[in-house]
Amino acid sequence: MNGEIIGVWIGAILTLGIFSFLYKDNPFYKFSEALFVGISAGYWFVVTFWQYFIPKFWDNLSLSFHELVVNGRIDYHWIYLIGGFFGVLMLLRLVPKIGWLSRWSLAFIVGTTAGLQFTRYLESNGIRQVVGTIKPLVVGGNLGTSFGNIIIVVGTFCGLIYFFFSKEHKGAFGGAARVGVWFLMINFGAMFGYTVMSRMSLLIGRMDYLFADWLKLIK
Amino acid sequence: MDEMTNREKKTLWENLLSIDRRIIFIFIAIAISLPLFFKTSLKMPVSPVVQGVYNAIESLPAGSKVLISFDFDPGSMPELQPMAESFFRHCFRNNLKVIIMGLWPQGPIQANIALDKVFRELKEEEKAVKVPQYGIDYVNLGFTAGNEVVIDRMGHDFQESYPADARGTPLSEIPLMQGVRNYDNVDLIINLSAGYPGTQEWVQYAVDVFHVKLVAGNTAVQAPSMYPYVQTGQLTGVLGGMKGGAEYELALNRPAKAVSYMFSQAVAHVVICLFIIIGNIAFFTMRKRKT
Repeated sequence: MNGEIIGVWIGAILTLGIFSFLYKDNPFYKFSEALFVGISAGYWFVVTFWQYFIPKFWDNLSLSFHELVVNGRIDYHWIYLIGGFFGVLMLLRLVPKIGWLSRWSLAFIVGTTAGLQFTRYLESNGIRQVVGTIKPLVVGGNLGTSFGNIIIVVGTFCGLIYFFFSKEHKGAFGGAARVGVWFLMINFGAMFGYTVMSRMSLLIGRMDYLFADWLKLIK
Repeated sequence: MDEMTNREKKTLWENLLSIDRRIIFIFIAIAISLPLFFKTSLKMPVSPVVQGVYNAIESLPAGSKVLISFDFDPGSMPELQPMAESFFRHCFRNNLKVIIMGLWPQGPIQANIALDKVFRELKEEEKAVKVPQYGIDYVNLGFTAGNEVVIDRMGHDFQESYPADARGTPLSEIPLMQGVRNYDNVDLIINLSAGYPGTQEWVQYAVDVFHVKLVAGNTAVQAPSMYPYVQTGQLTGVLGGMKGGAEYELALNRPAKAVSYMFSQAVAHVVICLFIIIGNIAFFTMRKRKT
C-alpha cells in the first residue's frame, strides 16, 4: 500500500465523517471537524512563516545587514523594519495592558486598503458601470440588442428609484420602484441559483472522489 | 367515509410539510451519485460569454504569451480544476507559451496537478505531439504574497514581484521569460478565481490601469458579479461555474470532467425544483384548508 492509497483512504474516511453530520451530530464528525480546523491552522502558520515572514522580512533585512557589515552602506531594505514594527504591535494584543497599540497597525492596514481601493473601485465598479448603462435604446436592424439595451436602462433606472427614500413611493414613482423591486428579485434569484449550482458542484466533486478515487467504481 | 378520506389527505400534506430533512438529503445524494455512473453528455449551447473566452485564446498566433493566474485552492477544485485543464489543453494545442502564477498559496500547486493530467493525456492520446517543455513552453512562477499590490507591481516589472520562478531559477535565465518585462509583453491574461484576490482585482488593477486583455474562470457564486464586467468590455469572456467549464469543453470539442459532471448537476436541480413545487403545493393546500 503506497502513500497515495493511504491518502485517498484518509480523505474518504474524513469525508464520510463530515457527511455524518447530515444524520446528526456525532463524535466521528467532531473528530473530523477538529482535525480539519487544526490542520488548517497549522498549514496557514507554515505558509505565513515561509511565504510572508521569511521572503518579505527576514531575507530583505539579511541583505541590508550584509550590505552594512561588508560594504558599510545603508540600503533601502531597512524600510522593511517599519513593517516588522507594525507586526510586533499587532502581537501586543497578547499583552492586555498595552494591547491598544495594535490599533496603530490596524489603522495603517485600513488606511492603506481604503486609499488603494478608493480610486480603483470607483473607476472599475462605479464609473465604468455607469458608462456601461448609457446605451442607445434603439439599435437599427437589431431587435435583440435594442431589447437588451432597454432592459439594462429600465432595470438600472427603476432599481435606483427603489433606493431613493426621500420621496414616498406612490403613483408613477411608486410604480417605477415596484418595477425596480422585480429587477432586484430576479437578480437575487439568479445569484441564488448560481450559489446552488456552486454548492452542488462541490458535492459532485466529493461524490466523484468517493466513487472514482476511493471505491474505483467509476473510471 | 368522506370525512375519513379528508383526514387521510390532510395527514399526507402535513407529512409533506414536516418531512425529515434527512430524506431530502438522501434524494439529493442519489440524484448526484447515480448520474456519475452514466457516461452521458448533455447537449448545451455555448453561450456568448464562453465563446468570448474561446475566441480570445483561439485568435492568438502560435508563440503568443499567455499569463494564467491560479487564484484558488482545493476547496474549489470541482468547479475550477476542469477549467484549468481545458485552458492548458487549448493553449498547448495552439502552441501558446504559458506563464503560470498564483495570488493564492495553493494556486500554483493546482496548476501543477492540472499540467500533470494534461501531459499524461498528451502522451497517451497523441504520441506524435511533443510534451511542452518547462522553461521553453511554460513556466511556473509560483506564489507571491501581496494580493492586488502584486498585480500592480507586475504592470511595471514582473521581476519586482517574481525575481525567480517557483524552482528558484532567476527569470533572466528562463528562455520563455526573455523579453517579458511587464503586461505589455503578454498577449492575454487568464484568471481562475474563487474569491479574493481574484478576477475583480485583476480587472481593477490590470485591465483598467494597464489595459490588458483578460478572460476569467470563476466559481458559480462569483459569476453573477463578473457579468457586468463583460458587458462593459473590461472582461473579454467568463466561464461561470461548472456550466461555464462544460460549455468551454464543448467549444474545444473535447468533453471532459465538467461535461460529465453536468448530468449530475441537472438531475440534482430537477430534484430540488420538484421539492420546491411539492412544498409549495402542500403549503398552499394546507393554508386553504385552514381558512
